Parts: sequence; structure tokens; C-alpha cells
Amino acid sequence: MTKQTSTAKVELRGVKKRFGNKVVLDGVDLKLEHGQSLVVIGGSGTGKSVMIKCVLGIIRPDEGEIYVDGKEVTRLSGRARDAMLKKFGMLFQAAALFDSLPVWENVAFGLIQGRGMGRKQAREIAVETLGKVGLGPEVAKLSPAELSGGMQKRVGLARAIASDPEIIFFDEPTTGLDPIMADVINDLIVSTVDRLGVSALSITHDMVSARKIADRIAMLYQGKIVWDGPTEEIDKSGNEYVEQFIHGRAEGPIKMEVRK
Amino acid sequence: MNFFATIGRVTLAAFQQIGQLSLFIVSSVTGLLRPPIYWRLIGQQVLRIGYYSLPVVGLTAFFTGGVLALQIYIGSDRYGAEAFVPQIVVLGITRELGPVIAGLMVAGRVAAAIAAELGTMRVTEQIDALTTLSTNPIKYLVVPRLVASVLTLPLLVAIADSIGVFGGYIVATKSLGFNGYVYLKNSVDFVTNEDVYSGLIKAAVFGFIIALMGCYNGFNSKGGAQGVGAATTNAVVTASILILAANYVLTSVIFTR
Ligand SMILES: Nc1ncnc2c1ncn2[C@@H]1O[C@H](COP(=O)(O)OP(=O)(O)OP(=O)(O)O)[C@@H](O)[C@H]1O
Ligand SMILES: [Mg+2]
Repeated sequence: MTKQTSTAKVELRGVKKRFGNKVVLDGVDLKLEHGQSLVVIGGSGTGKSVMIKCVLGIIRPDEGEIYVDGKEVTRLSGRARDAMLKKFGMLFQAAALFDSLPVWENVAFGLIQGRGMGRKQAREIAVETLGKVGLGPEVAKLSPAELSGGMQKRVGLARAIASDPEIIFFDEPTTGLDPIMADVINDLIVSTVDRLGVSALSITHDMVSARKIADRIAMLYQGKIVWDGPTEEIDKSGNEYVEQFIHGRAEGPIKMEVRK
Repeated sequence: MNFFATIGRVTLAAFQQIGQLSLFIVSSVTGLLRPPIYWRLIGQQVLRIGYYSLPVVGLTAFFTGGVLALQIYIGSDRYGAEAFVPQIVVLGITRELGPVIAGLMVAGRVAAAIAAELGTMRVTEQIDALTTLSTNPIKYLVVPRLVASVLTLPLLVAIADSIGVFGGYIVATKSLGFNGYVYLKNSVDFVTNEDVYSGLIKAAVFGFIIALMGCYNGFNSKGGAQGVGAATTNAVVTASILILAANYVLTSVIFTR
């Protein structure tokens, strides 16, 4: 029996992950097609961040397979993994900026360390990329600790896109930003994906942002993808979990674990 | 029953730690052998580990040399062997006290700082971010610290040795009535290359232990601020214990051939 290979840019098949007794991912199947912008929605703590960390190999899944460009990458390590990760850019939910380096070196990090670019040229690209996320050149030499939360997020975003990766993961790109800046970032994500070849997977709670940036939306609930479809169909999904989520109702099949 | 279960659990945990530490050492050493090597970062760490430790190491070595001279003088009074103060001071400092005192002081300063820094990077996902930027965190964070620490500790100890002997000299000449020239001549004539080298070899090993314990504990810290705090404490405690244990082993290997 030969395994079916994957034609998608990134594909997860039956990915499971538990921490102790707590099952977080319970067989996730998801495809990110080439050049597509996929948004994953889902309640807080449902395992969205864990899911993308599994793809990047930061967290090892217990079961299941992950494919990138048709190649299985689930248990890669060492140089093969480094080569695989060269295709990726990642915005961490909490930005995860290197606090020992100034802002511009954070943004230029992938260019200098990963690509071996000279510091001077990398700095120019970094300043230019900072401009795209609405940060002026005066921010470049500050340290990350001197920035506000939303500014840190935007620096993280600039770091994720600076080295022109093929696949970009955005973990809550607009959380903590004001509505206007959130829209600027949405536009940036759309234009980044529109450039040929870039595939994006974003995680968000923000339905306005999801509708704007997504070609396709998937919903994660209790460790599984419960709905997956084109953005236009989200309002007529006929799925009660999706309905409850996009309308933000407390009443419905999704029970929040709060004690009254 | 519970008693045996506890023993079992503790034993398993200990073996797991040893296994994990061995893997960590192996990947650090392979990281050292394969390019890229981050010279800039090694330079930075030499400055941080070596240069900024000089005041602490110098002061402790000075007082240790001084008190050693005083104790030997008082103690050897019973045998009328006061004249041997310079010889015993120089031997004690170069063979044992120089490396051990410097090792312990640097363990307190540097192992703690490394564990806190890497621990914070771990819990704020900066180490994960490094891998997503195709940078091996072992090579980028651990190797420079290990290399810098192994290289600088012998230098620090060489300085500590000189300052320690000088401390003894000051006490001996200022308050014990020794002649300065005779004291120094006796010290220099008595000490052998082997005494000094043995101390420097020890220092290199201690340097390895210090950086290793700082990096290992920082790298594996979990949780938030509390986890980083625990990692820092563990780094200093394990580094200090391992330094004293390694000191015994090295002494018996070097001097009982
Ligand atoms: N390293 C870990 N160790 C133990 N449990 C973890 C770990 N990482 C995540 N979890 C658990 O996995 C679950 C999912 O976490 P995750 O961060 O993926 O949530 P999320 O969907 O991204 O939520 P949010 O929208 O709030 O960011 C949580 O219940 C969390 O407690
Ligand atoms: Mg999350």
C-alpha cells in the first residue's frame, strides 16, 4: 500500500495532539492550497496555535501526517527541517521578538542569518518592510521593549514577511490593533498573498478581518475541523457552530466553560 | 507500596534528565563542529562572561590569598614553620583555590544570567521564533556561550592566581613581618608549571560546566516567570555542585599519576 501524496501547499492529515490527559487536537484534516489565503477561526483555547506549531515542528504531533509541497515533514529534524522552514514566515501570537536585538535586526534576522545577506542591505530592506506595516524609520533602532503591544505585533509581522517566504502563518495578526490599523494589516496580508505564489494561513477571532483576508475559512472546534468552505458561503454554512461563532452568541451548541 | 513507587519515579526522572542532558551535550558539540560559527556572538560572550567577571573574581581571589596567608601563619606557629607561608599560599591558590573560587563566583554570576536569559527566551517563544527563521538555536545561543566560557575561564583563573598570591603577599609583608623580596622569590621558586597548568585545565572544565548548566536549564525552562526563576536557581546549584565534584575528580586524576 503506498501512501497518497499531497498536492496542496500544506496539508494536515489526522493530526492529533494531547497534553497529559487533555486532548487538544483530535484528528485535524486541513489543506492550504497554493496561493490561497486560509483563515482558521475557533474559540479561545481550541488549539489553533498548537495546530500551526505542529506544522512548523515546534510541537511534535502524537499522530497524523503533515505535508509541505507534497513531502511528509512530520518527523523531520536537523538540516532537512531547517531547509523546510526556509519556506515559512511566522507571526507568533505574542510576537516573540528578540529583545536583545533592535527592531531592525529583528526584521532583518531571516535575511542576515538565514540568507547570509550583508547587514547594510538587510537593514534597508528591514526599514522598507517596517514602512509596509506602518512603522517609520525612527522605530528601527529602538529595542522591542520600548514598543507598545500593537507595535510589537506589527514588527513581528514585518519579520514574518521580510524574507519573502512562500508560506506565511499569521497567529492573530490584528489582535490588539485599533480598527484602522487592523484594516491596514488586512490590506497588507491581502496584497502579500496576491503576489504570486504566497500561501497564507491566518488565525483570528476577528470576523471582519477573516472576511476580508480569507479565500477560504475553516473552523476548529473540539480538536477537529467542523466546517471548511469558501468565504462567500460562511453566512449560509448551515453549521450551527459556525453560526454561533460568527454571530458571537453565548447561547448555542458551543458551551463556554464558565461557572455561573 | 507508595514508597517503592516514589523511588521508581525518582529513578526514572533522574535517568530521563541524564539522557536529555547527554543529547543536549551531543547536539552542542556537533553544533560547534559544523558551520556556521557565530564569531560576533562568541566575542560578545567573551566580554560578558570574562571581562565583566574580573572585578568579582579579582576581589574574592585577593581576600582568599590574604586569609590563606594569615591562617597558615597562625596554624604553623605550633610547629615553628611560619617560613613556609609563601610556598603553601602559592600552591593552594594555583592548584585549588584560584580555580575553585573563580569557578564558583562565575557560576553564581554567569550560569544564573545565562539561564535567566535563555529561560525568558524559551517562555516567550523567542527560541521557537529562531527556528522559524532557519537559525539553529543550539548554534546561535548555546555554542557561543560554551566556547566563550571554556576560553575565558582559564584566563580569569590565571588572573585570579596572580591576585591571590598578591593578596597573600600584602598580608604577609604588611602584618606578618615578611620581607617582600624573599616572599616573592620563595613563591616563584617553589611553584611549578604543573601546579599552574593543573589549575588552568580545571578552569576550562569549570567553564564548560558553567555554560552548560546555564544553557541546559534555561533551554528547558517551562511556564512563566516562576519557571525561569527555578531554572536560574537550578543552574547555579547544579553548576556549583558539579564544579566541586569535578574538582575532586580532576585533582585525583592529575596528581595521583
Ligand atoms: N506547551 C503546552 N503544554 C500544555 N498545554 C498546552 C501547551 N500549549 C497549549 N496547551 C493547551 O492547548 C490548548 C490550546 O492552546 P492554543 O494556544 O492552541 O489555543 P488557541 O486556540 O490558540 O487559543 P487562543 O485563541 O486563545 O490563542 C490550551 O487549552 C492550552 O492549555
Ligand atoms: Mg492562540
